[in-house]
Amino acid sequence: MDQLFTTYLGDLLAGLWMTVRLTAVAFLGSLVVGTAIAACRVSPILPLRAFGRLYVELFVNIPLISLLVVVTFGLPDIGITFDLFTCAALSMILLGAAFTCEAIRTGINAVSVGQVEAARSIGLDFFGVLRFVLFPQAFRSVIQPIVNVFIGILLSSSLAGVIGVKDLTLQVSEINNEAALGLTTYLLAAVAYVVISLLAGGLGARLEQRLRVRR
Amino acid sequence: MSTQDSLFDAAGPRARRRIRILTVLSLVVIACLVWAVLLRFGQAGQLAADRWAEFTQGPYLLFLLAGLGNTVAAAAASAVLALPLGLLLALGRLSSRTPLRRLSTGWIEFFRSVPLLLVVYIFVSGLPQYGINPDIFWKLVIPITLCSSAVMAEIFRAGIIALPAGQSEAGMSVGLSQSQLMRSIVLPQAVRIVVPSMVAQLVVLLKDTTLGYAVSYPELMKTSNNLTAYTNHLIQTYLIIAAVYVVTNVLISHLARYLERRMSGRPARIAQEALEVGIG
Repeated sequence: MDQLFTTYLGDLLAGLWMTVRLTAVAFLGSLVVGTAIAACRVSPILPLRAFGRLYVELFVNIPLISLLVVVTFGLPDIGITFDLFTCAALSMILLGAAFTCEAIRTGINAVSVGQVEAARSIGLDFFGVLRFVLFPQAFRSVIQPIVNVFIGILLSSSLAGVIGVKDLTLQVSEINNEAALGLTTYLLAAVAYVVISLLAGGLGARLEQRLRVRR
Repeated sequence: MSTQDSLFDAAGPRARRRIRILTVLSLVVIACLVWAVLLRFGQAGQLAADRWAEFTQGPYLLFLLAGLGNTVAAAAASAVLALPLGLLLALGRLSSRTPLRRLSTGWIEFFRSVPLLLVVYIFVSGLPQYGINPDIFWKLVIPITLCSSAVMAEIFRAGIIALPAGQSEAGMSVGLSQSQLMRSIVLPQAVRIVVPSMVAQLVVLLKDTTLGYAVSYPELMKTSNNLTAYTNHLIQTYLIIAAVYVVTNVLISHLARYLERRMSGRPARIAQEALEVGIG
């Protein structure tokens, strides 16, 4: 137990920092790419729609480890190499974007058709409909699913350890291979994950509360 | 008609022309991308037929099939264990006995917000320190069971809540006890409602088994890794394995969607928040 705090505390904190960094980069990247893919999927341009559909179908169904391995160990075969962090972040963004896209699309479809038809009938154009009617309503119903995507990305960041990115989970495992510290380190790490998830959930709930329509 | 389809007017002549131009343009861009990827493969000599053809040969296929068998075994064992556990947890969380409810809620919330890999590592290098050292198969299956039981519990709970209150009220009014009510009125209907979500959950289970790669359980991912150590054809092997996973999961999710469509008309909608995001 003493050894945990004298020798390994730095490693644990470094792992936690890596996990936070990786999750933040992957989440923000997923938001950007996911929104773009969602735009493709609702656009009137057929090839873009097909591309969006294919993208989501592909990356919702591929296991992250499989993608990580392709990006990290496969791509060098065709002369493309990144450092490990980039490999992990890239894979997580590719996957996260597919889930983000689905969350956003669900939000758009949660607004009833009548709303859009009413907006169009009073003469709003496409962007007017999006800006004044659709997005304000869709955004509210999308918060909870996006929080779920964030938590999913947080938990999946542990898999980056598989390709050697020293995140919290990998650090804990390595510490225990070196010095058997029992379950304490695992529980500490678990608490860290739970706390981050709870924080994200709480933040989402507050945001939802603040944006709620008061009728 | 969904909201996303009502966003546009039926296009007039000018909009149609614009859409046509953008269609052609986007097709050209996509074609260029595909061509660039193929060119890259070609320049690196990775398109050579013999690098891909080996996957049609018996010994290679058998080797990978053994891995696939282990993947299916792990996923099936986890599903068989997690389903009843999830149902019990859901009933516990809905129970009127406070300690039982707290325990189930705590279990569910804990295992929903802890990474599976961490739990796997607990079984691989944590518990052996206390003399608990099961077979590697169980070191993978037990953590998957623990984590997915939490998700399944939430799905079951959503299904039970989704039942119209009139069902339980009718049951109570004919004098059924609480457990009779659950057994003969609520559960038979709730289970039917959640079948599509449960099938969709199989996709997550299948993905979870790839963690075998991290702990050297010889499932498909680890097996392909072993194969590349021998053939050195990395990108071919990993792409093909990825394709196997994608195709399998697409088939499973289509089955889930088919089941859901067949059940529509019944109260088949389940609260969206119960559906876990299975990144991983």
